[in-house]
Amino acid sequence: MKIHEYQAKDLFAQYGIPVMNGSVAENGEQAVTAAQELKAPYVLKAQIHSGGRGKAGGVKLVNTLEEVRTTAEELIGKTLVTAQTGPEGRVVQKILVTEAAEVKKEYYFAMTVDRDTGKLAMIASSEGGVEIEQVSKEAPEKIITEKIDPAVGLHDYRLRYLAEKLGIADVKGFIRTGLGMYKLFCEKDCSLVEINPLAELADGTITALDAKVNFDDNAMYRHPEILALTDPNEEDPRELEANKYGLNYVSLGGNVGCLVNGAGLAMATMDMIHYAGAVPANFLDVGGTATTEKVTKAFEIILSDQGVQAILVNIFGGLIKCDMIAEGIIEAAKNSEIKVPIVARLEGTNVEKGKQLLLNSGMNIIPASSLKEGAEICAKIVKEAN
Amino acid sequence: MSILVNKDTRLLVQGMTGSQGTFHAEKMLEYGTNIVGGVTPGKGGQTHLGVPVFNTVREAKEATNANASVIFVPAKFAADSILEAAEAGIELIVCIAEGIPVLDMITVKDYLKDKPITLIGPNCPGLTTVDECKIGIMPGNIHKKGHVGVISRSGTLTYESVAQLTALGLGQTTAVGIGGDPVKCFTFKDALKLFEQDEDTYGVLMIGEIGGADEEAAAHMLKTGEFTKPLAAFIGGSTAPKGKRMGHAGAIISGNSGTAEGKKKALRENGAVVAETPDQMGNAMKEALEKAGILDRCLD
Repeated sequence: MKIHEYQAKDLFAQYGIPVMNGSVAENGEQAVTAAQELKAPYVLKAQIHSGGRGKAGGVKLVNTLEEVRTTAEELIGKTLVTAQTGPEGRVVQKILVTEAAEVKKEYYFAMTVDRDTGKLAMIASSEGGVEIEQVSKEAPEKIITEKIDPAVGLHDYRLRYLAEKLGIADVKGFIRTGLGMYKLFCEKDCSLVEINPLAELADGTITALDAKVNFDDNAMYRHPEILALTDPNEEDPRELEANKYGLNYVSLGGNVGCLVNGAGLAMATMDMIHYAGAVPANFLDVGGTATTEKVTKAFEIILSDQGVQAILVNIFGGLIKCDMIAEGIIEAAKNSEIKVPIVARLEGTNVEKGKQLLLNSGMNIIPASSLKEGAEICAKIVKEAN
Repeated sequence: MSILVNKDTRLLVQGMTGSQGTFHAEKMLEYGTNIVGGVTPGKGGQTHLGVPVFNTVREAKEATNANASVIFVPAKFAADSILEAAEAGIELIVCIAEGIPVLDMITVKDYLKDKPITLIGPNCPGLTTVDECKIGIMPGNIHKKGHVGVISRSGTLTYESVAQLTALGLGQTTAVGIGGDPVKCFTFKDALKLFEQDEDTYGVLMIGEIGGADEEAAAHMLKTGEFTKPLAAFIGGSTAPKGKRMGHAGAIISGNSGTAEGKKKALRENGAVVAETPDQMGNAMKEALEKAGILDRCLD
C-alpha cells in the first residue's frame, strides 16, 4: 500500500525525522493560507503516487503569495504524466506547500526488507536526488547497504559509522533520522521507507526533502490508522473493489479476462494468453480460501471492464474446490447477464462435481482440457470479435 | 527414498478442527499420511477424524512423539503457531497460510536460524512424497511414483507441473511447494541440496517466478557443481508489468532485478533446460533427462 508524500511527512514528523515546514492544500485559497504560515520562497509539490514529479512539471518554486495562488490553481486539476504513471497520467487533487530549502548536498537514504537474508536493510548513497536504480547501474560502489540484525535492532553507532562513510556532518540529525525511520518501519509494518533526497542544508543540518513510505498489505489488518490514509483517487476502482473481498486483482488493459486460483498459475495464465496472441485484461487470483460469494464478485469485477471480450477460468484445485468455483460461475450468471464467452478449465479437488454442475447449468461454457487449449480458444474468440 | 518426508513421518495438524484443517486432514489420511495428533487450543481431549486432539503442540509432541507439523491457522496467528511448533521441538514445520506480515516472518526466521528445524512455507501447498506421505493441500491423485523431484514457488503451478510429468509417464519422488513469500527459510537451494543427495531422484523440475534471486542462486549451484543432476525450469510472470505485485508478495519486479529474462538466462547458461511456456514444463524435464541419457530410467 502506498500513501502520499504529505502523509508520509506527517508520519516522519511524528517519528522525529526532520522535514521542512508545510501543509497540504486542495485549492488556491488553501494554498495561500498554508503559505502565510511559512517563510518565502515556497515550493508547491503535486501529490500523486508517483516518482519523477519534478521532471514532469509537478514541482514549482515561487516567491510571492500571489504566485502561490496562481501556481496552485494551475497544478490542481492538471494531469501529470511521469515516467511511472503510464501515458494516461494522474490528475492532481492535492498539493503540498512547503518552505524552500537552501540545499548544499543531496543524499539517498532508505530502509527496506532484504529478502535474501530476511533482515531489514539500510541503503544509503552520497548520490541523492536522482533515481537510485540509475546510481546502482552507473556507480554501484556509491551505494552502501547495511543489514539490521532483528535480535539487536538498530543502534546509534551503526548510524554514526554510516554518517561517516557518507560524509554527513550533522551526525546527530542523521542518527535521529535513522532511528525514526527504523521505529516507523517496525511499528507501522512498512515495506519501504525512502528519503530521496535527504538534504544537507546551508546551515549544515540535514532534512528530508521528499518522503516515500510503502506498507506491507498483509499487515494492514493491524493498522486501521494507516488504511485510513488510502486515497481512492490513486487506485484502480476495480482493484479497490477486489481488495474489499480479498481478491488479488490487477488491471492489465487487454481483452481476455482471467479468473485463476493461485498467483503462480495466474501469472502463467497471463503468460500463456500472451503467447497465444491475445492480451490479458487482468490478473485475478481468487486465492486459496475462495467462497461462492467471492467467485461471484470476481466475475462481476471482470465483467465491469468493458474491454473484456472473453473470460478464461483456470482452476487447479488444491485448497479450493472445483464445485465451489462452478457454483460461483453459475451464481454470477444468474445475477448479471454474461454476454461474453466463458472458457473453463477445471482440474484437481472435486473436479468431477464441478464439471457436472457446469454441464447441468445449461450455460454456454466452453470446456478446455488444458491451460494451452483454454488460452488458444480465448485468443481465437477475441481475434474473431475484432 | 525421497526428501524431507516418508512413510515414517509422524504428523501433527495445527488447526485441525477448523474447516480447512478438517477437509485437508481427511485428504491426508486418505492418502496414507500418518497423522498422530491434532492441535486446537480449547479442544484438547477430543478425538477428531479418529485422531486425538491436544491443546498445545508441547502436549501433543510429548504424547505422540511427532516429528512434523502442518499449520492450518489463519495468517494472523500463523507466526505464533510456527514459533510454538519450533519451541516444542518439531523438526519439520509446514506452514500453508498465505498473508503473514513480513515483519512476523523476519522474527520467525531469526528464531529458527541456529536450530535444527526445517520450515517449509509460508504461503505454500506443502509437500508430497509419492505414495508415502502427503502434507498440505496438494491434490493426491495427480502424482505418480518415480524419479523426478519437483520444487515450486507456486502452489497451483506445482499441481500443473506434476500433472504434466505424470501424463508424460515421468513419476516423482517428492514434490515440494516452497511458497510465494519474500521471506522464507527453505529455498530452492536447500531443496536442490537434498535432491542431490537423494539416490532415487534422477532429475529436478523447478518452477520459479519473477522477483528475488532464488532462481539465480539455484543456477549458480549448477556452475559450482553443488547440483549435478539434470535440471529443468519454468519461470512464471514473463509478461508481468514492472512494479506491480502479482498476488504473491514475493513476485514483484523492482528496478532491474528479479526479471524472468534474467532468471531464464542464468539457468540456461548453466545448463538447465528452460520451458518457455507453462504447458511445456513436463517436456522440458523430459528433454533434460534425454540430454543426460537417463530418460529411459525415469519412464514407468
